[in-house]
Amino acid sequence: MIDAQNITKRYGKVTALDNVSFSIDVGKSIALWGANGAGKTTIIRSLLGVHSFGGTLTVDGIDVQKFGKRVRQRIGYVPQEMAFFDMSVLETLQFYAQLKKVNADVIPTVLAAVKLIGQDPKRVSALSGGMKQRLALAIALLADPKILLLDEPTASLDAHAQQDFIHMIQNLNASGKTIVFSSHRFEEVAALADHIVWLEGGKLKALCTPSELATDLGLRQWLRVEIAREYQSAAISSLSDKGYHHVPNGKAIYINIQTHQKVDILRLFDESHIPITDFDVTDSYAVPQQEEVS
Amino acid sequence: MDAMNILIIARKELRDALRNRWFVLFTLSFAGLALALSALSQPTGTQLRLASYSRTAASLINLVLLFVPLISLTLGTSGLASDRETGALAYLLAQPVNHAEVLLGKYVGTAVALLASLLLGFGVAGIALTLQGQNTNPQSYIMTVFFACLLALALLSIGFLIAVIVHKSSTAVTSGLFVWLLLVFVGDLGLMGATIVTQLPIQTIFWIASLNPLQMFKISAILNIQANLEVLGPIGIYATEQYGVVLLPMMIVGLLLWTVIPMFVALLVFSNHSLITLKRKPA
Repeated sequence: MIDAQNITKRYGKVTALDNVSFSIDVGKSIALWGANGAGKTTIIRSLLGVHSFGGTLTVDGIDVQKFGKRVRQRIGYVPQEMAFFDMSVLETLQFYAQLKKVNADVIPTVLAAVKLIGQDPKRVSALSGGMKQRLALAIALLADPKILLLDEPTASLDAHAQQDFIHMIQNLNASGKTIVFSSHRFEEVAALADHIVWLEGGKLKALCTPSELATDLGLRQWLRVEIAREYQSAAISSLSDKGYHHVPNGKAIYINIQTHQKVDILRLFDESHIPITDFDVTDSYAVPQQEEVS
Repeated sequence: MDAMNILIIARKELRDALRNRWFVLFTLSFAGLALALSALSQPTGTQLRLASYSRTAASLINLVLLFVPLISLTLGTSGLASDRETGALAYLLAQPVNHAEVLLGKYVGTAVALLASLLLGFGVAGIALTLQGQNTNPQSYIMTVFFACLLALALLSIGFLIAVIVHKSSTAVTSGLFVWLLLVFVGDLGLMGATIVTQLPIQTIFWIASLNPLQMFKISAILNIQANLEVLGPIGIYATEQYGVVLLPMMIVGLLLWTVIPMFVALLVFSNHSLITLKRKPA
């Protein structure tokens, strides 16, 4: 679907991208990961074909540098900062539908998809940040593109709106759309990405999975282990002896681990003859609610 | 290039202009002043009555020389620059459109709004004159309107060129105002000063003056009314004698060139920009 080979981009003396290569398969969700200045937005601009660069980049088999407009027809783009013209929601959608050569009949469908039904007469300036983000997603979906390109999609949203937006993107990915998004929030990457293009100082540092990235970054997750009540005291004692931070929560114990330590915990309980009834790794990196073990 | 995209963007620009309160204020002011001038341009001052088309056209020349460059340059510089500053331009360029379509669409839309505003102003004055039965020479009046429209388009092109070169909205508008001052005031005064100091030959002074689109408009409009340029002094007499009937077409072509060349350069510059560098965020 997307094939980038030796992408290099310089702004004067600054090298924003230095020989970056990667490829993305159809239907995958890829995160462009890195700190500010790593080159994430430059890759997004390159994918949109809105600046010149060295190397080759094809989207759906089309050369981005030669046929940028055709490539943009296949991509739905959601920018980091919402910048719309001073129009109503409906006028905005009509305007972009015309540019994308899409019949205005699709507007109610995309409004429903992004939960903006009833907002169409409102001025865009009257919308909240989350609603503007959803409007940008609605515009991106107008032409039913194969690829969604999102630049720091939840950076300016509150926690609730972030979850809402991530859920929408997950559904779109599940429906077969290829997702490419930039982020420097690991929770977002963990929730959305199959693979990560990890950039550092304009160079490709690694192509990895969210779990590998978490390990590399020394990030910690919560392993949720269900244990029968009669074994919980022994389990807590074993965890304390080994120095694991843990939080009892009903019939489960949440154990704070690095991503590579999951097997260590299971082995510890096995060696201590503590039967486990279920376990999973939570997506959240937040501390779970503590409940007394009864 | 997709003409439909140009049309879509032009329609949006036209709608934006009609919602712009400054633009509406300009339109009403221009119409009011044109109407007032048509009433005040009377041959004798004892009794207020509407003057003839030619006399009104002559009065409107000064109004056009002051107002039209100001609004054209302001509209030209502000629209593109502020869209760039808010990020709306970058977002537009991330859609299936190309640079030329966006710039031409914005130009066409703004131009239509500007010309509609001028036509309204001139139209109000023209209708008032007609109602008073002073329609002795409407042709010269219509030609003056035509020259004013050419001047507006030329200065709008210059405004777009400034907006493409200067990235910051406030700098673009300030630059537009500076160009307005240069063309309206400094151009004339500077040329007069240079003439006195350097003793330039009259043909050189004429050509230097004629490079100013405002002078092109003034010469065209005066020639349209009275067939010679005696009112402009020795330079006017020289130009009339030297170029005769060719002078008016020369000035019209000059105004057209002032429309086409800055816009062409603006298109080249704009198309070579790294589009979404417009927000200057390299990573």
